[in-house]
Amino acid sequence: MREFGYQRAHDVAGAVALLGADPEARFLGGGTNLVDLMKTGVERPARLVDVRELPLDGIEVTEDGGLRIGATVTNSDLAAHPEVRRRYPVLTQAVLAGASGQLRNMATVGGNLLQRTRCGYFTDVTQPCNKRTPGSGCPAIEGEHHNHAILGASAHCVAVHPSDMGVALTALDAVVTYETADGPGELPLDDFYLPVGDTPHRETALPPGALITGVTLPPAPVAAHSRYRKVRERASYAFAIGSVAAALDVQDGAVRDVRLAFGAVASRPWRARAAEQVLTGAPADAETFAAAADAELAAADPLPHNAYKVTLIRNLVVAVLTELTEEAAR
Amino acid sequence: MLPDTRKKLIMDPASPALPTYSAITLNINGEKHTLTADHRTTLLDALRERLDLTGTKKGCDQGQCGACTVLVDGRRSVACLQLAVAAEGREITTIEGVAEGDTLHPVQQAFLDLDGFQCGYCTPGQICSAIAVIEEHAAGWPSAVTDDVRPEAGPPQLTADEIRERMSGNLCRCGAYVSIVRAVARAAETAAGTEEPRAVRAGESAPAAQDKDKEAAA
Repeated sequence: MREFGYQRAHDVAGAVALLGADPEARFLGGGTNLVDLMKTGVERPARLVDVRELPLDGIEVTEDGGLRIGATVTNSDLAAHPEVRRRYPVLTQAVLAGASGQLRNMATVGGNLLQRTRCGYFTDVTQPCNKRTPGSGCPAIEGEHHNHAILGASAHCVAVHPSDMGVALTALDAVVTYETADGPGELPLDDFYLPVGDTPHRETALPPGALITGVTLPPAPVAAHSRYRKVRERASYAFAIGSVAAALDVQDGAVRDVRLAFGAVASRPWRARAAEQVLTGAPADAETFAAAADAELAAADPLPHNAYKVTLIRNLVVAVLTELTEEAAR
Repeated sequence: MLPDTRKKLIMDPASPALPTYSAITLNINGEKHTLTADHRTTLLDALRERLDLTGTKKGCDQGQCGACTVLVDGRRSVACLQLAVAAEGREITTIEGVAEGDTLHPVQQAFLDLDGFQCGYCTPGQICSAIAVIEEHAAGWPSAVTDDVRPEAGPPQLTADEIRERMSGNLCRCGAYVSIVRAVARAAETAAGTEEPRAVRAGESAPAAQDKDKEAAA
C-alpha cells in the first residue's frame, strides 16, 4: 500500500476544504471498499480525509413527507430506522440483503453510492481494465463475465455496479445532495451515474472534490407495498447476480402506480422506465408483468456467459410484482 | 484530546509533505494504548502486532471472513478494513475484553457448553459477532430473512434461520455452524432471561408497546 497522509474533518466545509482539488486525495467513510482497494493497489491515494465524524448521520422526515438521509448514516442504522421500514420497506430489504452485519455497521450511505465494481479484472492490478487504466482494454468481454452487464454496457466496459441499496434508491427517485467549494448541489440518482460509453473510468456526474452530504427521498405512498428480491450464488453475504426493487399500487385489478429497478445488470442501478410505462394502467396480472419485463429487456445485449440474466430478471419481475399484487389484495 | 501531530495536520491542510504516520491513542477494552502508527496500519494489525492482543484473528484480511470481528463503539466491525488511525476516539472491545474477570461472557460459555467450534481460529470473531447479533435483535433490528420488516410487525423471533443470516459474515472452515447456531440461540435465551423485560422474543409483549420502545431508541 502506498503511504498516505490522514486528516479528520469535523464539519462539511472543513472536509471540502481539506480535500481541495487534489486528485490524489480521497474521502474516507466506512472504508469497507476503499481500504480494501488500497490494499490491492487499485486505489493509491496520497491523502485521506476522514468524514466519519461529520454531522451527517441523521435520518429525518421532510416537510413534504419524504425522508432525508445523511451521507454518514451507516447501512445498519438506515435499515433499522422505523420510518424507513414503514415508508420504504424496499430500502430496508435492499440494505439488509447486502454485505454482512459487520460491514453494514461500518459502511455509509455516501460510500455505498460511490463503491466500485467487483469485476475481477478491475480488482486485479495485473490485468488490463479500462475502468482502472483507461485505454488498457477490457478482458471481461472475451473472458470471465458471467456476472457482468446485460444493459447499458459498451465495448469498453461491461462491469456492473454492486450496490443493493442503490437499486432501491433508484426505484424511489432518490436525489443525491453534495457540497463543493463553490456551494451545494444536487443530482437525481438517475443523472448521478454517467453512461459507460468510452469513459468507464468516469463513473459519476459529481463535480471534482464534491462531498456527498446525503440522499433525499420524495414521498412515495406507492412504496408502502414494496419489495427487494436478490438472487445470488449462495444464500447470504454475496453480491447479486440479479435483483429487483419494486413498489406497486394496484386499484381494482389495474396498476395505478409502480416503481421498478434492477440490480447487477448494468454499470449503474437500472431504472426500468420502459417496463413502468407498460405496467401503468394495465391489468395487474402475470401476463402484463412479463410483457413489461420484456419491454425493458428488449434492449439487453448479453454476452455468451451472462444471457441467463435476461431470463432471471424477467422471472424476478413477474414473481415480485405478483407477490406485491397478492400482498395488496390481503 | 488529539495528539499534537494530528492537530498540526488539521491546521495545515495544504501541507505538501503530510506525515504518513501519527501518534495515536486507542481505547481498547477500557484501557488507553498510545503508539506511533503508520497510517497504513489496520486496527487488526495494531491489535495483533503492536499491542499483543492476538485474540483477534487474521483470516482473509479483506473483510470477507469475519475472523477479525471486534466491537467498535458497541457495534461489530471487521478490524481488517478499519484503519487504526481512524479508530482513535472510539471504544474498541476485543475478545480479550468480553469476560467479566474470570466469569465468561454468556456467549463464550454457550460456545464452550455446546461445542460451537472445532479448531477455534474463527471463534473470537464468531463470539464478538454473536454478542452484537443478540443486541441487534433485542433492539428490534430486522434481517434479510425477516418476512415483514415494518415496525408494526414487531421484532422477528430469533429462529435458526435468523441466526444463520445474521451470522453470515463469520465463516467457519471447520463447518461448526450447527453448533454455533445452537450456542447463539442459547446465549440469546440467557440474555433474554437475565435482562429487564424488553421486546426480545415475539409474543412477550404487545406489538404497540414494542414499537414505542423502538422508536424511543431510534
